[in-house]
Amino acid sequence: MASDKDPSKQSPQDLDDFGQKLKKARESEETRRLWKSNVNKAPNSALGVAFRVSVELVSAVAVGFAIGWGFDQLLDTSPWSMVVFIFLGFGAGVMNVYRMAVGMNNAIGYSEKDDASQADKVEETPEEGIDRRG
Amino acid sequence: MAEGQSPLAQFEIKTLVPIEMFGVNASFTNSSLFMVLTVITVSLFLIGGMRRSAMIPGRWQSMAELSYVFIANMVKDNVGSEGRPYFPFIFTIFMFILVGNFWGMMPYSFTFTSHIAVTFAMAFFVFIGVTIIAIAKHKLHFLTFFMPPGVPMVMAPLLIPIEIISYLSRPISLSVRLFANMLAGHTLLKVFAGFIISLGVAAGWLPFVFVVALTGLEFVIAFLQAFVFAILTCLYLNDALHLH
Repeated sequence: MASDKDPSKQSPQDLDDFGQKLKKARESEETRRLWKSNVNKAPNSALGVAFRVSVELVSAVAVGFAIGWGFDQLLDTSPWSMVVFIFLGFGAGVMNVYRMAVGMNNAIGYSEKDDASQADKVEETPEEGIDRRG
Repeated sequence: MAEGQSPLAQFEIKTLVPIEMFGVNASFTNSSLFMVLTVITVSLFLIGGMRRSAMIPGRWQSMAELSYVFIANMVKDNVGSEGRPYFPFIFTIFMFILVGNFWGMMPYSFTFTSHIAVTFAMAFFVFIGVTIIAIAKHKLHFLTFFMPPGVPMVMAPLLIPIEIISYLSRPISLSVRLFANMLAGHTLLKVFAGFIISLGVAAGWLPFVFVVALTGLEFVIAFLQAFVFAILTCLYLNDALHLH
């Protein structure tokens, strides 16, 4: 740790005092609440959500279109595989949006996360920063 | 509208140093210039902040540590301890996008994240990397990714293409989100700024108020989009490491 490098600058008394204050601040309800609400949670404005939904939907349709068009070029089946893949792409888009909406984000295959354990983890974050330093 | 006055003129690529390599145009452009500036800024910020790591950090060191801890916690919460080796990558990508966006907020500067070529290159790199990690870790078991457990076999011909398309759409939605947000925000700023002049003293103050508010909003978006890009990278990585 850095304290070994320059012991002259901070007397042990000061450090103890500071440690006490730091501990108090970290344990306060206010800090805890702030960390909980701000860390790892993007603020969700209505416009932001709307934008995300449209991007998810359109990008999947675009990929479906591209795959279908590619197959058409290869197999000379124009326009049938494009039609089929656009519909599949739309299905994938709806699935993306559904996953986003229920909070599983973009997990393929229904890998549901344990929400309870996630919440617990966030609580201990304020301590973490100090331990990793140096 | 006159040349250079269009609200889209700010996104124009200008060649600064023409370089031609193996028949490929690899010129040093204003986009490259701002990427270099971003890398220099991030390096100065982090190296300078940690130059003398004090027990009780000063302001600069605090900011450097805060950005580190922010991403470290993000990786820990979203990927778990297996995500540790990939922390440097996610931290780099976050700082690069964040500082690039902030550089773009400077008047007369260039926002390289407003180009799909840049954002898609980053998203595609993430996508390929994550796929390779998943295949390396799970071998052929990776293919079960596209077939959720407990689904009747009858559904497979329909479901597997849908899951594959859904998987392939990831880099597109990842890159479009960043690029479109930056593009739209910066264009909007320019359009409203144009209104100030054309409406003159009489009503010009109204768009001026808007521009002030939008500038604040743009700073929020600049941070938010870097954050979203980093957190989605974490989530994809989590999928790749843990499957289901």
